[in-house]
Amino acid sequence: MIITSIHHVPGKEIVEHYGVVNGSTVRSKHAGRDMMAGFKNFFGGELKGYTELLNESREQALERMTQQAMQVGANAIVNVRFATSSVAQGAAEIFVYGTAVKVL
Amino acid sequence: MDFIIFLIACGVAFFTGSIAEKKHYQSIRTREAKIDFIPMITVDESELCDGMQRAEMVVGGVVVSCDFFKTTIAGLVTVFGGNISAIESVIDRARREATLRMQEQAQGADMLANVRLQTSTVGPFQVEAIAYATALYK
Repeated sequence: MIITSIHHVPGKEIVEHYGVVNGSTVRSKHAGRDMMAGFKNFFGGELKGYTELLNESREQALERMTQQAMQVGANAIVNVRFATSSVAQGAAEIFVYGTAVKVL
Repeated sequence: MDFIIFLIACGVAFFTGSIAEKKHYQSIRTREAKIDFIPMITVDESELCDGMQRAEMVVGGVVVSCDFFKTTIAGLVTVFGGNISAIESVIDRARREATLRMQEQAQGADMLANVRLQTSTVGPFQVEAIAYATALYK
């Protein structure tokens, strides 16, 4: 599955559009890591636990979007965009969406 | 007594926070100087994208938090109004770090097209920045 954030796939031609596909996940880190983040919050700096959490969530959201695209018969997703929001303390939702297409 | 503890906490947080910020900025500057230059554009219709054979999406993300001292300063400034430069530096660090991580993933590419930068909060005074783009290879 080819995934790009531009409107086409270089070197290939789009022959069919299947509409918008998306993937989303809401994840939270376990309480221990959250407490460490709470301490780090006091001192400042990068919260590596949360960075990992969001990286994993992004992978999973992309995976879900790919699944949806495969179901409709696409072999590429173009114009992919991300959106992140916090839904609760220590939990974040990652939403990724794009246009599923067939390229030759 | 409480106020003294609060002041001590502010002092400790100011000390550790400025050290963390200085180290982070040093790391950002060295990596920015070292990294190979890849043209970045925020559009993809340009003729610069012609002749590319392969595309791969690259993402860089980071979560940075403000220390207790910065949080206190922000609270004070919101009473009187104005720029909160303490928080501005945190967001700047997060964005530059995310951009650097994205560029590090795209090493060897000829161009980064449709670069998007996004900042959001994942908790009180915790900034998440992501930078994503499509790396194009001839």
